[in-house]
Amino acid sequence: MIEPLIRIEGLYKVFGVAPKKAMSMVKDGVPKDDILAQTGHTVGLKDINLDIQKGQIYVIMGLSGSGKSTLIRHLNRLIDPTEGKIIVDGEDVMKLGQKDLEQFRRHRMSMVFQRFGLMPHRTVIENVAYGLTVQGMNKKDRLAKAGEWIETVGLRGYENQYPSQLSGGQQQRVGLARALCTDADILLMDEAFSALDPLIRSEMQDQLIELQEKLHKTIVFITHDLDEALRLGDRIAILKDGELVQEGAPADILLHPATDYVEAFVKDVNRARALTVETVMKPPAHRITKGTIAEALQQMKTFSSDYGYYCTDEGYQGFLLQSTLEEAVKLDGSKAIQDDLFEDLPPISPDTVLEEIIPDSMGANYPLPVVDKEGDLQGNLPRSSLAEVLSN
Amino acid sequence: MSKGNWLTEFPQMDRSDLLVIRKGLDGAYKEFSRSYGEIIENLFEPLLRFLVWFEKLLVNSPWWLIIAVICSIVYSATRSVKLTVGVLIAFFLIGYFGMWENTMRTLSIIFVCTMISIAMGIPIGIMMSRSNRMQSIITPMLDIMQTMPAFVYLIPVVMLLGIGKVPGVIAVVIYAIPPVIRLTNLGIRLVDKEVLEAATAYGANSTQRLFGVQLPLALPTIMAGINQTIMMALAMVVIASMIGVKGLGQPVLKSITNQYFTLGLFNGLAIVALAIVFDRVSQAYGKRTQKHMERAQ
Ligand SMILES: Nc1ncnc2c1ncn2[C@@H]1O[C@H](COP(=O)(O)OP(=O)(O)OP(=O)(O)O)[C@@H](O)[C@H]1O
Ligand SMILES: [Mg+2]
Repeated sequence: MIEPLIRIEGLYKVFGVAPKKAMSMVKDGVPKDDILAQTGHTVGLKDINLDIQKGQIYVIMGLSGSGKSTLIRHLNRLIDPTEGKIIVDGEDVMKLGQKDLEQFRRHRMSMVFQRFGLMPHRTVIENVAYGLTVQGMNKKDRLAKAGEWIETVGLRGYENQYPSQLSGGQQQRVGLARALCTDADILLMDEAFSALDPLIRSEMQDQLIELQEKLHKTIVFITHDLDEALRLGDRIAILKDGELVQEGAPADILLHPATDYVEAFVKDVNRARALTVETVMKPPAHRITKGTIAEALQQMKTFSSDYGYYCTDEGYQGFLLQSTLEEAVKLDGSKAIQDDLFEDLPPISPDTVLEEIIPDSMGANYPLPVVDKEGDLQGNLPRSSLAEVLSN
Repeated sequence: MSKGNWLTEFPQMDRSDLLVIRKGLDGAYKEFSRSYGEIIENLFEPLLRFLVWFEKLLVNSPWWLIIAVICSIVYSATRSVKLTVGVLIAFFLIGYFGMWENTMRTLSIIFVCTMISIAMGIPIGIMMSRSNRMQSIITPMLDIMQTMPAFVYLIPVVMLLGIGKVPGVIAVVIYAIPPVIRLTNLGIRLVDKEVLEAATAYGANSTQRLFGVQLPLALPTIMAGINQTIMMALAMVVIASMIGVKGLGQPVLKSITNQYFTLGLFNGLAIVALAIVFDRVSQAYGKRTQKHMERAQ
């Protein structure tokens, strides 16, 4: 497996006056509440281990107080751990001295905040250029660069406004532009969209996805909203009371919740909107590969069913019924399979969300063929598996 | 020690013991001021020279020039015609009622005291905001400075430096400096945590955080502190005149001892006028620097 860009190993954080003393209790598995009652120390994080690959959007989820902010702040060491390692690109962040840490923050990571964290006394363009100001770049260059990012996030014309003159959504765009302006390859986003109303929020999500397609940053995204997590995340980690309870691909978490806590989390999700065809389809079967009608019929008879998906070197061609073939073979079994033999069954793409294919699937009597962009058959989606996934 | 019943009478220290303590402390301090007074006085020599020079400058310049300068400062700080005209009228009346020279003296000493208070108070306030320990040490000292009657700390200052301008300035600064310190500390502590965190996250070092974020955002609070400091310095004018600081305070003092009501009233009013001018101008200036915060509403 490839080296992860960010690796967290055995991370513990205890808040309080003498955190080391409470550590033994934490390690003995004493519950968070008991530790607080007995020692006055709050367990922020407990034995977190995770790997974040380059180019991923890695979502960290959990209810309020579960330690999400605490975790993300360890990555750029706004918070120092009580114990554990944080390794970024092979380098132990814990070993950095003050000067190196500042350089690391300037060039490797940037951050977007829940309440935006903009400087009220600086204009939009100065805010966006802040990271560069700190780096010591000269004014002309940094304003030029900031101007470009302002344009990218769609705020052209607002350069000389103050943050208080903008709406929440616009302010967060400034926050995003500021984060992108330093060219850091890791983006930390702590509930970046939580303070925005739903419409603006999904707009911002779209924008983030769009930018990510171009920029390929590594994004650590915190949210308490599962829909957002499913929409953005390549991987999702779920925290509860400072512990990592499950980590995996979004569909994994939806379909196989590890604990009751996760299950409660995923229960109310609109699965039809969250899952793609790929996650519920069956592996390809009933593949007809022979060229003539007679041979195809022969091949179909080896299946347990009365239909098949006709594929050639060029990929998926069409859907065949046994009855059609039997009719055709009576005329001329040696003829090649022609388009006019195919049934009308719409192929679907593996990355479509289920919601969109429900009408097609319900209208069809046979499993829909799943065909990828290259035209190859990836699998099929029976109505029954769709119903099963959506019903529980 | 005490002969009476300690239940009915407070178990008091022996009078002679108390006398020993008093004599001892007084003696020690007198000794100290005798041997170091001159060195300390020399230390303050540049300050004294500046005070004298500045007072002469204000007193000897033609009145219309002073008014012109003051009005242009007021206008450039506040951009308010109304305020500028008000200041013009106030100074004109002061001059007309024969208090010009004393007003200039007071103005000069207030100006110097304010500058000293700011120059010392802001750094102390910054230090205080950076550590809770510092805060817990300095806060009680400020409490003492503000509640101790001014006359009490005038005594050692006068013992050490005699009467004159420098002890006057020291007394005024001791009395007037606490608000700048307190409000600088408070202002910095109240800076939005997330904004400061953002600065840190982008790799700002502590100097960049201080000058780029903390001080600018604390500025309205610091300005309020400076305003308070000026007001308190003005309030000290009369007391400072008791130790030889010339200015509007002296006629007031004279009118108390001689029961000249009108003289006292006029000079008192001149002090009030100065206070109002300082207050309005510094507030309007503070507001103007914070314009970007308000336009939103
Ligand atoms: N500076 C601190 N001192 C003491 N306890 C803290 C501190 N910061 C966080 N905690 C505690 O650590 C736990 C996790 O807090 P954290 O802010 O990481 O939660 P969160 O998951 O980000 O919640 P939210 O969704 O509300 O932002 C909480 O119990 C909190 O009380
Ligand atoms: Mg949080």
